[in-house]
Parts: sequence; C-alpha cells; structure tokens
Amino acid sequence: MAKRIDVTDLNVYYGSFKAVEGVSMTVEPRSVTAFIGPSGCGKSTFLRTLNRMHEVIPGGRVEGKVMLDDQDLYASSMDPVTVRRTVGMVFQRPNPFPTMSIYDNVAAGLRLNGVKNKKTLDGIVEQSLKGANLWTEVKDRLSKPGAGLSGGQQQRLCIARAIAVQPQVLLMDEPCSALDPISTLAIEDLVNELKNDFTIVIVTHNMQQAARVSDRTAFFNLKATGEPGRLVEIDDTTRIFNNPTEQATEDYISGRFG
Amino acid sequence: MSTATDRRAPDDQVVPGETFTPPGGRSGRDALSEMSNPHRARAVKDVVARVVMWAAFALAMVPLVWILGTVVAKGFHMLTTATWWTGNQRNINSDDFGGGARHAIEGTLQMVGFTALIAVPIGILTAVYLVEYGRGRLAKAISFTVDILSGVPSIVAALFIYAVWVTAFGFSRSGFAAALALVLLMIPVIVRSTEEMLKLVPNELREAAYALGVPKWATVVKIVLRTAFSGIVTGVLLGIARVMGETAPLLILAPYTKNFQRDLFNGNFPTLPMMINQDRGDFALATAAERMWGAALTLILLVLLLNVIGRVIAHFGAVKK
Repeated sequence: MAKRIDVTDLNVYYGSFKAVEGVSMTVEPRSVTAFIGPSGCGKSTFLRTLNRMHEVIPGGRVEGKVMLDDQDLYASSMDPVTVRRTVGMVFQRPNPFPTMSIYDNVAAGLRLNGVKNKKTLDGIVEQSLKGANLWTEVKDRLSKPGAGLSGGQQQRLCIARAIAVQPQVLLMDEPCSALDPISTLAIEDLVNELKNDFTIVIVTHNMQQAARVSDRTAFFNLKATGEPGRLVEIDDTTRIFNNPTEQATEDYISGRFG
Repeated sequence: MSTATDRRAPDDQVVPGETFTPPGGRSGRDALSEMSNPHRARAVKDVVARVVMWAAFALAMVPLVWILGTVVAKGFHMLTTATWWTGNQRNINSDDFGGGARHAIEGTLQMVGFTALIAVPIGILTAVYLVEYGRGRLAKAISFTVDILSGVPSIVAALFIYAVWVTAFGFSRSGFAAALALVLLMIPVIVRSTEEMLKLVPNELREAAYALGVPKWATVVKIVLRTAFSGIVTGVLLGIARVMGETAPLLILAPYTKNFQRDLFNGNFPTLPMMINQDRGDFALATAAERMWGAALTLILLVLLLNVIGRVIAHFGAVKK
C-alpha cells in the first residue's frame, strides 16, 4: 500500500517568484521522512508539490519531475484530483469539517467521491479511527460534531479522515505545531504505527520530533530572504543529527542559527 | 521623571535619551500621581464613548418604535375583523368598512416567491463564481456590475423592465413584469450577502477537501455552501424583505385589483403595497384609512414571519459546536 517518491530537479514557482530550486530526492516507502529547516525555506511548499496542492494557490506551478513508483504526477494526463486521492495530506491546524459529525468527517472523502454503501462506510470509518488511535475515545459519540473534540483529538480525526481514502502516501505539514506535548506524543506514536502501511513525509520545526519519529531527514535552507529555498542534504536521521556532511546542517542542528 | 533621575547615585551611568528608571528610583506616591492622570482621562473617554453610543442607539430606535407603535395602534383592529384574512376588496367602496386583504397577501407572497425563485439561484451562483472561481477581468467586471445594480433605484429598474418587456416585446403589464423588476433589485442583495458568507468559510476547509481527492465542484457544493448555509439563508431573507415592500415597480408594472387574481402573467395583480396605496388615496375617509393601516401592519407581519421562518431554518442548518 505504500509507494516510493522520486523527485528530480524540481523548481517551484508562485507566479514569477521561484520559491524552491533544484530539489532531487527519493522518499522510501514504509518509512518516515522528516523535512526540517528554518521558516520560509520552502519545505512546506515542496511538500505541497508532492500531491499538487500548491496548484490551489493562484500562480503555483512546478518544473521538474515527481514520480510515484512508475507514475509521473505531473504527466499531462494526470488529474490532480487522482493524485490527491493517492497522496493524502494532514495540515498544521486541525481542520475537521465543522458541519459534520465525527463519523461524517471520516467518511467525507469517500462519500464526496460517491461511496454510499452504509456497511462499507461503517467498516472503513471504524478501521480508520482505530488506525488513528481515536476509536476508543469516540466510538460512543460518532454522531457528535467533530469540532467538539479537543485539538489533539481533532488532529487524529483529520488523520483518520486522510487514511480513510486509503492513500499510498501521507504528507503531514507540521501536524503537531498547534498541539500540546501530550497530544504531540499521541501523534508521534501514531506516525510510528502508520509507517507500517504508508509512506510518510512530515514537515516539522521541532528537531527533537524529527529525531524521534523519522528514519530519514532532509534539511532545507535558503541563502537569504527572497532567494529560493534549496535542499541542503538528505540522509539517515541518525547521520544528519550526529555527523552531517554539510556545515550548514551541522550549524542548524546545533542551534547556531534558525 | 527628572526628580527620579536626580536621585540616582552619582556613579549610576545615565544614558542620554533613555527613560529607564531603576526600581525604587522614585517613591510610590510619585508614580501613582503620574499614573492617575492618564487613567482618569481614559475613564472620561470611556464614559463619553459609552454615552454617545447609547444615545445613537436610542436615536435609531425612536423612528422604529414610533412607526411600529403607530401601525399597530391604528391597524390592529382591522386584523381582528372576520373577513380580513379570508376576503378581498371586491364591491367594497372607499366609504365601506372592512373587506379582506387575502387577495393582496396571496398576491404579494406569490409575486415575491416567484421573484425569489429566479433571483436566489442566479444570486447564489454569481456569488459562488465570484468567490470560488472568478479570477481576473471577467470577475472584476461582474463584481462591478453587481455594485452598480445594487445602486439602481427601484423605479429605474421598473422603467427598464417596462421598456424591455412592455414597449419592446409588446407584453402587457402584469404581476410577472413586476416580479422581473424585483428580480433586478433582489439579485445584488443576494450576491453581496452570499459572497460575504462564502468568504467567511476558512480556506483550510477547502484545502482539507481537496487533499482528500474531492473535486472542486463537490467541495463547493458539499463543504463550502454547506458551511455557509445559515448565513446564505439570512441573506436570502434580507433580499426578500427588501423587495416585499417595494412599490415603484408595482405602480408601473402591476396595476392593482381588488379581486382575487392568481394569474401572474395576465391582467391586474393585487399586492399589499398597492392596497396600501389604493386606500391612501381616500385617506380622509376613516374606513379607507383603517384599511391602509391594516394592510401596512399585515405587510410588516409578513416580513417578520419570513424572518422567523428563516431563522428557524438557519438555526437547524447552522454549524454545531
């Protein structure tokens, strides 16, 4: 159920502004890859290009190649909607649909794509909520509004919603930055379990988090404000944090800047 | 402040231009007297602002209460007569007492309902286009046109429909022609209010839906419109209330009749504003005046009723916490 992502020479633009330049990397299936780097270095922007979410912003476009196993995500025949069904995303702030119950939130992706069978939905909702470690907390109040949960629960609800459409890859854009440490721990544990089934890419500002959850870490940086962000290096997490190749990585990790 | 500086020890370096005072550099009383002045000024401002605000509110309430009081006092009696809610004005002369308003109530509801039927979909779809899809010139042009349309006086809208529908196309005046003019008046109200409501829907919800692989149209219909639903209903009601009392288009396009008339497309058409207008002509007669106030109160009650219905719908469709 998990696929490998191969990125070659990717440039990202917003209008005429080049936000990210020359990124090439491979994201291994069934592993967690963390993106770290200072604010504005393009790691979130780059993440969004992995499921074409950057196209939602007017003027957003890319040059280069992103392969999901043998599928070219930017082939002209490729529908961005299909891409997003294969590559799911969890956002910085928990964003459950406020008009929907817990059940409906998890079922939303399937329902809005035409799945109506009650039994199928029931099964997937339960399985997804279990997968997001939320089932025992909410199983007695599935019909209650999703917005009534705590922040950490809402974020796990959003993860359940994302995995309910059975994607190959799960992108997480700073999923814990709006959460308290306990909820953060819950999400991190969850990430550890999810990597058995999915390819996971997580953007984080928290280096300890990157060290805790990821197998590989990519460090992004930019030369100066206004310059495009670049991938400085990507390597095994232990290596990045103990013995990075690049001086800039070493400086960032040890807290000399950023 | 200067005394505080003087009290510093001589070896205490005073940086020019720096107002920092070390703790204990001055007595508590000095600090208090310095602080109380700005505090008093702020308290005075607070009181002044509060008085002005309440005065403005009271002033705005005066005409409202006055109108409602007058209309209820003079018109309530008519609403309690036996025939008011069942009959029409057929064979009732100005100096006869009573008669019914049912023909006008039905006429107004029918005409406004028909107006809403045309204007609401156009208005909502326009707003959806402007907020969710429109980029560049076309969107700007449409937005500008809506602005202009919302500034068009009702009589101009009526004359426009008269010129097109009656003069150019050769149709006769009718309830339908008046409804067309009302459509022109209602659309901008609905577009603007719906637009505001759609803009209030957080972008994160749209992104959440896109990230699930939901196509844009489904996101708009099932997420955006659904989330904004109760606000949109409120906007629609504002639009309906706006056109329900419009009189100029009726004067020009829908001549009044005292009879029941359910055909919107042919002949004269009864409406409450026109009934008010009719009886206003014989205002000197107590019988006509009473009917006029009665019709006015009925119109107000209809708007109120629609508002209550809308609030109930909006309440059940609202985002639950």
